[in-house]
Amino acid sequence: MKTLYLALKYLAVTLWSAFVIFPFLWMLSTSFKTSNAVTGGATWLPWAQFEPSLAGWKSLFGGAGGINIVKPYINSVIVTGSASVIALVLGTLAAYGLSRFTFRAGPLRNGDITFFFISQRIMPPIVLAIPFFLMLRWLGLLDSLAGLILVYVAALMPIAVWVMVDFFNTIPRALDEMAWMDGCTPVTTFFRVILPNVLPGLVVAGMFCLIFGWNDFFFAFTLTFTETQLLPVSIVALNSSVTPWWSLSAAAIVSVAPLAVLAFVVERFLAKGGLAGAVR
Amino acid sequence: MLSLSDLTLTESGVPHLAGISLAFRPGLTTLLGRTGAGKTTLLRAIAGLAQPTGQIRFNGEDWSRLAPWQRPVAMVTQQFINYPHLNVLDNLAFPLMRRGEAKAAARETARDMLGRVGLSQMASRRPSELSGGQQQRVAIARALVKGAPILLLDEPFVNLDYNLREGMREELSALLQASGTTVIYASTDPREALRMGDQVVLMAEGRALQSGAPRAVFAAPETLDAARVVNDPPVNLLGAAVSDTTLVLDHLGPAPRDLLPPLPPGRYTLALRAEDIRQGGSLMTRVALTEVSGSETVTHLDAGGQPLVMLERQVAEHALGSSLVVTPDFKAALIYGPDGRLIAKGGRNG
Repeated sequence: MKTLYLALKYLAVTLWSAFVIFPFLWMLSTSFKTSNAVTGGATWLPWAQFEPSLAGWKSLFGGAGGINIVKPYINSVIVTGSASVIALVLGTLAAYGLSRFTFRAGPLRNGDITFFFISQRIMPPIVLAIPFFLMLRWLGLLDSLAGLILVYVAALMPIAVWVMVDFFNTIPRALDEMAWMDGCTPVTTFFRVILPNVLPGLVVAGMFCLIFGWNDFFFAFTLTFTETQLLPVSIVALNSSVTPWWSLSAAAIVSVAPLAVLAFVVERFLAKGGLAGAVR
Repeated sequence: MLSLSDLTLTESGVPHLAGISLAFRPGLTTLLGRTGAGKTTLLRAIAGLAQPTGQIRFNGEDWSRLAPWQRPVAMVTQQFINYPHLNVLDNLAFPLMRRGEAKAAARETARDMLGRVGLSQMASRRPSELSGGQQQRVAIARALVKGAPILLLDEPFVNLDYNLREGMREELSALLQASGTTVIYASTDPREALRMGDQVVLMAEGRALQSGAPRAVFAAPETLDAARVVNDPPVNLLGAAVSDTTLVLDHLGPAPRDLLPPLPPGRYTLALRAEDIRQGGSLMTRVALTEVSGSETVTHLDAGGQPLVMLERQVAEHALGSSLVVTPDFKAALIYGPDGRLIAKGGRNG
């Protein structure tokens, strides 16, 4: 019975792993195919079933029928990285305030303010598109990295606040008070005592910010024209009358790679116990 | 000397501190009171964590406007609070480094203190890897290592088991001896207050009822409220109507007038400790509840509607509902007037 249970468990894990890994393998093999190989039926093995080609990859760097994704890639790194860091810093400070101090504005209390932050993510992005467009135009920041960073900070900060408020709430206020007794001002208490204890939260919030920022298409599409393009928009731009599956697959791999590497590193760090035991 | 003057703190209409004026000298003072008496609030006020009206002065300096991090105070609470992200050694070194000491020197002092509390082996462990008793020992060591002139202990052993509590109490007393520190120790346990303190302050409902040397306070609680606070098991309170020639005890009926000393006619309350009710004699009671605690037995009795509590220094078995004949030792009775103030001590043995 125990063996059967174990076998079923492994079977389920294997099936699920195949289900998750399959699209990536499909994407990888397609990125090395040509038009004929793609339309010629389901093939997997290079050289044996199809002749591999680097045409798809070359098209990402200015090759025939493609675009150069280097600049959009760097733009995406700059915008997502900067916006995530700024959102994380501001969001963490806001979350600490909401967790530790009581705010009253008419009938509004801390919980309402936290919900106000989260509500920014509840609205569909289309609701914010026109106001953002008008604001950036007024500021002269349309089609610019700075403008996009500004918008992404606004879009990502609710995530940081939402995650961090919960983490700060798990740290007893008595710990803050103990730090005060030990000679820490509220500012040193935050940096020396509280922040080290919410490191897992910072990592989680940071990951969320990076994932949401990196994958955003809507704002990157509506608030830029030709000067400042981000990766998701440039990948879509590859699409013409004939869908270049080989180029799209290569672009998708390039696009997913940084987040996959980051998730892998963070997972290793967590597994090593780098963050374990920070909060009892 | 630490002096408190008219400290008052009311939150949502509830008085947590009601005009407390006290002076604390170096040595150990126990704040004794039940839960909600205001002990913790008073300690927090001294530490700067609660903001009452009134004045707190230490050696003449007004502390009213000092933030908690500006006050030379160390505090240990009943929760085991340590820095989870630091190992035990750095937990102790942390307050010293915040004071400006170099890391190496702070760690050296911390290591020395760890040795004194018997935790040298645990220096590199995180607090979460220690037992409850060890965690609390770290918290106490962190408070002691600062050498603050004022040490506030808020029921620091309440979450520990009996043996550990006894052991740590003795350890703490030894560590504090001749340290010149003003230690204020909040407790709900009268026996602890009697054993530990150089001075005791009785508290109830945010008020300081009485203060003084523990034995003197225990021997003569000035008010009925104070008598309730210093007694565990609860004190027996018997209503009595006294005239020139008669004495009638509520529920128990007429008694010889000379059971009590000469008193003006009127109503009085007699307070008898649980140990002053003894087996034998003539008062018939019924056993309502028996609690055995360690080597002692507390028996709750019903004497014709008058509840009585009897303490025996032995493990005794009294069947629930059985009859038990007891004698109240009126020689030990404390006699309180209608205003609840102590007016006389002791009658004759009844």
